[in-house]
Amino acid sequence: MCLGVPGQIVEIVDPELLIAVADVAGVRRKVNITCIVTDEHPAAACIGDWVLIHVGFAMARIDEAEAAETMKVLTAMGELQAELAAMQHSGETA
Amino acid sequence: MKYAHEFRDPVLAQGLLGQIREAVARTSATVERPLNIMEVCGGHTHAIFRYGLHEMVPKDIEFIHGPGCPVCVLPMGRVDDCIEIAEHPQVIFATFGDAMRVPGTKKSMLQAKAEGADIRLVYSPLDALAIARCNPDREVVFFALGFETTMPSTALTVLQAATEGISNFSLFCNHITVPQPIKALLDDPDMRLDGFVGPGHVSMVVGTRPYDFIARDYGKPIVVSGFEPIDLLQSVLMVVTQIAEGRAEVENQYGRIVSRDGNPQALAAIGAVFEPREKFEWRGLGEIDASGVKMRPAFAAWDAERKFDVGYGKRREVADPLDARCGDVLKGQIKPIACPLFGSICNPETPVGALMVSSEGACAAYHQYVGARAREAQVV
Ligand code: SF4
Repeated sequence: MCLGVPGQIVEIVDPELLIAVADVAGVRRKVNITCIVTDEHPAAACIGDWVLIHVGFAMARIDEAEAAETMKVLTAMGELQAELAAMQHSGETA
Repeated sequence: MKYAHEFRDPVLAQGLLGQIREAVARTSATVERPLNIMEVCGGHTHAIFRYGLHEMVPKDIEFIHGPGCPVCVLPMGRVDDCIEIAEHPQVIFATFGDAMRVPGTKKSMLQAKAEGADIRLVYSPLDALAIARCNPDREVVFFALGFETTMPSTALTVLQAATEGISNFSLFCNHITVPQPIKALLDDPDMRLDGFVGPGHVSMVVGTRPYDFIARDYGKPIVVSGFEPIDLLQSVLMVVTQIAEGRAEVENQYGRIVSRDGNPQALAAIGAVFEPREKFEWRGLGEIDASGVKMRPAFAAWDAERKFDVGYGKRREVADPLDARCGDVLKGQIKPIACPLFGSICNPETPVGALMVSSEGACAAYHQYVGARAREAQVV
């Protein structure tokens, strides 16, 4: 919940509501990009960005090397697996 | 050096450890009276144990594990509140997975779910909002917990609900803030802290300004840190160097993510939806002034505290079981192993205290990585 996970923005779904699709270690999910969009860096410019994602919200832009290193640490700590599982099973009843 | 191969740059790590050794030699620290450095964030606690950093640094540096694990400081009363809300037949209660196993007075949410309450694990508050959209005849409540890192996500979700006019969605807001418990610990006469490693992702949201009082009013150094092991070693070096040079400043090791002013969009969302509470209850630490937020009256329609008339201040607070030492561990006064319940009655499968629930909790991290070895050593 606190560490976040790196992903890459691959598509803008809703430029009004600032919803995009991010690829996180091969898992795709919708993320909100409000916190990384500015006048100088509008939604359309976010495609290809590496970002740090916290509970479905892109919170900061990072570079690709940082993303790779963060993935390694999260994997070592068992957190990446937990995040991906949480993403894939979110909201299920059983 | 153990685990050295796991560092991005083992040579750099060795170098940093050497520099830490030199810097600590220039302070008055000894093995009997070490420098007490508190890492505030639970993610840092987990990383320190995972990489064995507490064993790598010189013996005259002691890591004190801070209260920065949100589920660990969640009082039993709030878990009881969640269950009370979740047991309403028309409610779908959505929560992050971490909170599920935290013991309440009678049961955890996991047990309540097994008994039939409709409790669903979600990855994001947006997923809870989606459940509300698909179930207009049900009342969907999201359990909003966590520090400033998760606040923007719940604030933006409420703003989204308001924009879409989704009225069967609400937030059970139990967000807490980082600076106030640090102040409470600094004011505690039993605590002796020499410096802080500050949280990275909280600071990504709020910036480094909120920590100015630590240096200015208390004369203690704080260095905001990333959570890679190299980041942590670098930050420890920066803290120790400040102490050696007689400085107390707010420094930022995690400048690649954290700015002085934080994230403006995130702060705007937080400010729009939340306002400070006068005080808030922390498990193990008691009531701390202005340490939590509640929803502004303008968002009453999405406030589960108002909708269900439950929450902080509405029930008598309950303490942890008598021989549980969670409070002392949380304050860094004892190591987890000194708790009589550690590893026996209290373990990750059947946690008694919340510190044993999440991998960010000091007891769980200790149990997972060093507990077994330490227990053996004690027996011998
Ligand atoms: S071992 Fe369990 S009861 Fe003891 S301090 Fe840790 S969490 Fe609390």
